[in-house]
Amino acid sequence: MDPQFLLIQATSGFTMAMILFLVASGLTLLFGVVNVFNFAHGSFYMIGAYLAYTCVSVLGFNFWASLVLAGLGAGVFGMLMESIFLRRIYGRAEEAGFQILLTYSFILIIDDLVKLVWGTEYKSISRPPGFSGAVELFGVLVPTYNLAIIALGLIVAVAAWLLLSRTRAGRIARATAIDREMLSTLGVNVPLTLTVVFGVATALGGLAGALAAPLRSVTPGAGIEVIIDSLIVVVLGGMGNFWGAFLGAIILGEVNAFAVAFVADWASLFSFIVMIVVLIFKPQGLFSPAKVRKA
Amino acid sequence: MDFKREFKTLVPALVGFLFFAVLPAVRTSDYQLTIASNTIIWALFAMSFNMLFGMTGMLSFGQALYFGLGGYFVGLLVCHLGAGWFVPAVFLGVLGAGALSLIVGPMVLRLTGVYFTILTLAFAQLGWGIVVKWYDFTNGDDGIQGIIPPGVLGNKVTYYYFCFFLVSLSLWLLWRISLSPFGLILRCVRQNPDRVRFLGRRVKRNQLRIYVLSSMFTALAGALMAGVDNSVSTEMWHWTTSGEVILMCILGGIGQFYGPFAGAVLMILIEDMVGARTEMWSMVIGIIMLVMVLAFPKGVVGEFANLAARLTKKSGGMEVGLGTNTRS
Amino acid sequence: MEPILVVDGIEKSFGGLRVTDKVGFDVYPGELKAIIGPNGAGKTTLFNLLSGHLSPDAGRIRFLGREIAGMRTQDIVALGMGRAFQITSIFQEETVLDNIRVACLSKLNQTRIFLRPTRSHKRATDKTFQILESLKLEKFAYRPAFELAHGDQKLLDIGIALALEPKLLLLDEPTSGMSPEERVLTRELIRELWAQFNLALLFIEHDMDTVFGLAQKVLVLQQGAVLVEGTPEEIQNNPQVVTAYLGEEL
Repeated sequence: MDPQFLLIQATSGFTMAMILFLVASGLTLLFGVVNVFNFAHGSFYMIGAYLAYTCVSVLGFNFWASLVLAGLGAGVFGMLMESIFLRRIYGRAEEAGFQILLTYSFILIIDDLVKLVWGTEYKSISRPPGFSGAVELFGVLVPTYNLAIIALGLIVAVAAWLLLSRTRAGRIARATAIDREMLSTLGVNVPLTLTVVFGVATALGGLAGALAAPLRSVTPGAGIEVIIDSLIVVVLGGMGNFWGAFLGAIILGEVNAFAVAFVADWASLFSFIVMIVVLIFKPQGLFSPAKVRKA
Repeated sequence: MDFKREFKTLVPALVGFLFFAVLPAVRTSDYQLTIASNTIIWALFAMSFNMLFGMTGMLSFGQALYFGLGGYFVGLLVCHLGAGWFVPAVFLGVLGAGALSLIVGPMVLRLTGVYFTILTLAFAQLGWGIVVKWYDFTNGDDGIQGIIPPGVLGNKVTYYYFCFFLVSLSLWLLWRISLSPFGLILRCVRQNPDRVRFLGRRVKRNQLRIYVLSSMFTALAGALMAGVDNSVSTEMWHWTTSGEVILMCILGGIGQFYGPFAGAVLMILIEDMVGARTEMWSMVIGIIMLVMVLAFPKGVVGEFANLAARLTKKSGGMEVGLGTNTRS
Repeated sequence: MEPILVVDGIEKSFGGLRVTDKVGFDVYPGELKAIIGPNGAGKTTLFNLLSGHLSPDAGRIRFLGREIAGMRTQDIVALGMGRAFQITSIFQEETVLDNIRVACLSKLNQTRIFLRPTRSHKRATDKTFQILESLKLEKFAYRPAFELAHGDQKLLDIGIALALEPKLLLLDEPTSGMSPEERVLTRELIRELWAQFNLALLFIEHDMDTVFGLAQKVLVLQQGAVLVEGTPEEIQNNPQVVTAYLGEEL
C-alpha cells in the first residue's frame, strides 16, 4: 500500500472529522446539558453554510468575518427556536418523543425556508485568499484550507471544553442537566441558561456548515445528511460525552475517507455499519456517556 | 362496562367500514378510487405503527424499512419472475419483514428512548442506501415500473376490494390485539416498564413481539401499495416516509385506536388539496406537525374525545368528586 | 418452622459509601415485621437488594430455599416475592380493574394471548374483583387509575403485588403521605390483607404508631447496619434505639 496515498486519505478524513465534531459537539452538548435531543441540528449546519455563502459571495465580506457571522446567525436562529417553540414542551409527559417530533418538524420547515430564500441551485464559495493552495507535508500535498479547518476545529474544541468545564457559566450550564429546580432556587435564570446553551450549540453547527462550504457545495437537504452522520458520531462517543464525540468524529471521518477510497460506491453505507457494529457490542457507545445523576 | 367501551370503538369502525365498502359504487371518478386505496393502505401502515408508538411507547423512525421491503418484494418478484408472482409476493414480503424484524429487533431493542429512535433510523437508512446503490438488482433511484397485478386484480375496482379485504382483516386483528392481555401488557410497558418487570413479565420480549407484528403489517401495506401505484421507488424506504407515518399518528391521535386512521384520511386529503398546488409540501407537513405537537398533542380524535367527555360531564353533573378519599 | 427469607451478611456500597453493612435477619411464614431507621439508614436499598433491583456485593439471600442474590427481578417475583413501592408504581392510564387484572394475568401466565379480549378471561377477572373487594376499591373498578386519591393509589399498588400471590410481600412506606385518619384505616386494612392472604409481610415505615401497632417484630437499621431486632416492647425500651433514633423524633 502506498503510504502517501494513506496519508492523503487520513488528512482528508481528519478534516471531515473536524467538521463533524463541530456539529456533533453541539448535539452532544444539547443532549448532555439541556437534555434536549435536537433532530434539526443539521439544519443549523445548512443555515450556517448558506449564511456564509451570502456573506462571502453576495455581500463580498471577508471570509473569516463571514464565518463568525454565519455562526452567530445560526446561533440566534437556534435561540429563537428554543425560546419560541421548544421551551413549551419541557417537562411534558413523554417529553423525549415530542422533542424528536418537534425538532423533526423544524427540519421540514427549515428545508423549505432555505429553498424559499436561496433557491434550489447548488451554491459554492471559493476558499479564502491565502488558503487556496497546498503545502507539502511528509512528501504529500495537503490543501492549506484543510489544515486551517483542522486547526480551527481543534481550537474551538478546546475553547468550548474550557468554557464548559472551567468557567462559572459552564458549571451552571452543566448543573442545569442535573437539577433545574435547585438552580432556580439558587437564583439562576434557568430558562435563559437553556436558551444560551442552545444558542452556543447551534452556533457551533452553523460554524461547521460555513467552514465546510468551500469543500462541499451548499445544497438544500444538506442538513439531513449531516444530522445522520453527527448522530452516529454522538452515539459512537456516548451521548453527552464531549471528548467521546471528538473521538467518534475521528473514527467516522477516517472510516468514511478510506471507504471512499476503496469501495467508492458503497462508502455512504459504512457510517451505518460502524454504528450498528458499535451499538451491538457496546450499546452505550465506545466511551461511557456523561454521567447525569438525577437528584 | 367493558362492553360499553368496546361498543364505543365499534361504531366508528362500522361507519368507516361501510363507507369504504360502498365507495367504489358511489365514486364519481377513478381518481377517487386511487385516493381511497391510498387512504386505506396508509391507514394500515399508520395503525400498525401506532401499535409500536402510541401503545407500547416505542418511537421508531425506521418503519420505512419494512414498508419498502414489502413493496420491493412485490416489485422485484413481479419484475424478475412475472406477474403471476404478485399475490405470493405480497405474503412473502410479509414473511420477509417478519424475518428481518426478528434480526433487527433484538439489536434496536438493546437501547431505549432517543437511542432506540436513532438506531431504527440508522437501520432504515442502511436499507435505503443499499436499495439506492445496488442498481443492478433494484434499479436504484429509477425504481421499478409496470407492476401490474395479474388477472382480475388488474382491474382497479377488484384490486381495491383485494386491498380492502386485507386491510380490514388486518385492522380487525390489530383491534383484537389491543383488547387482549397482550395489548394490555404493551400499554403497561409504555406506562411503567419497571412495574411490568415486577409482574414477572419481560419488557424486551414483549417489545420485540409487537415490533415484529407491526413490521409485518407495515410490509403488507407496502406490498399493497405497489399494486396501487403500479410501481415502487426508493422513496418508500426513505426516512421521510417514516416521518410521514408518524405525522399521521400524531395528527389523528396516538392515544386512540382509530386516531391513526383518521390521521391517514386527513393527511391524504390535505396532500390532495394542498400538495398539488404548492412546492412547499414539506413546509406544510412541518407546520402541521409543529402545531399538533405544541397545541394538540392528543391528536384530532383525542381532542374531540376530550371535548365530548367534558360536555357530557357538565350536563350529567353526577361525577363523584375526585381527590377525596372515599374509602372506608 | 423454617424461615422463608434468610438474609445473611449482605453488603452494598456505592462509590465507596457503604449503604448496606453486613445486614442479616430472617422472616418466618406469616410473620409481620417492620424495618425502621433514620433517613439514609439504607432501608429502601435493602428492599432493592431483596427484590433484585440491585445485587449485593457480598452476602447471601435465601428465599424459599433458593439463593436469590443477584437474580433478576422477574425471576424473584416468579418465586413468590411481591413488592409495593414507596413512590406509587401503578399503570396510570389503565382502569383500576386492568391494573390488578394485568397482574392476575401475569400470574396465570396468560399475557401472550393476543386475540381473545381481556374481559373474557374469567379466572383473572374473578380474582381481580376479589382483590378489589378486599381493598375496598371495587367501586372505582372502571376509573382510570390516575383519578384515584393518593391513598387509594397506594392501595392499588399493594393490590397489584397481592395479585401475584406472593409468599412474602415487601411494602415500602405504605402510609407515607397520608393523613392520620387514613393511616389508621390503612393499618387496619394491611392487617386484614395479611390475615386474608396468609402472607409474610416486611414493611418499611416512618410512622411509629403504624410500626408499633402492626408489627410483631421490628428491625432497626442505622447507617446501613442492623442496630437491634426485637418485639415492639423491646424496641421501645431499648436505650440504644431511643438515643440513636427515637430520641431525635420524639
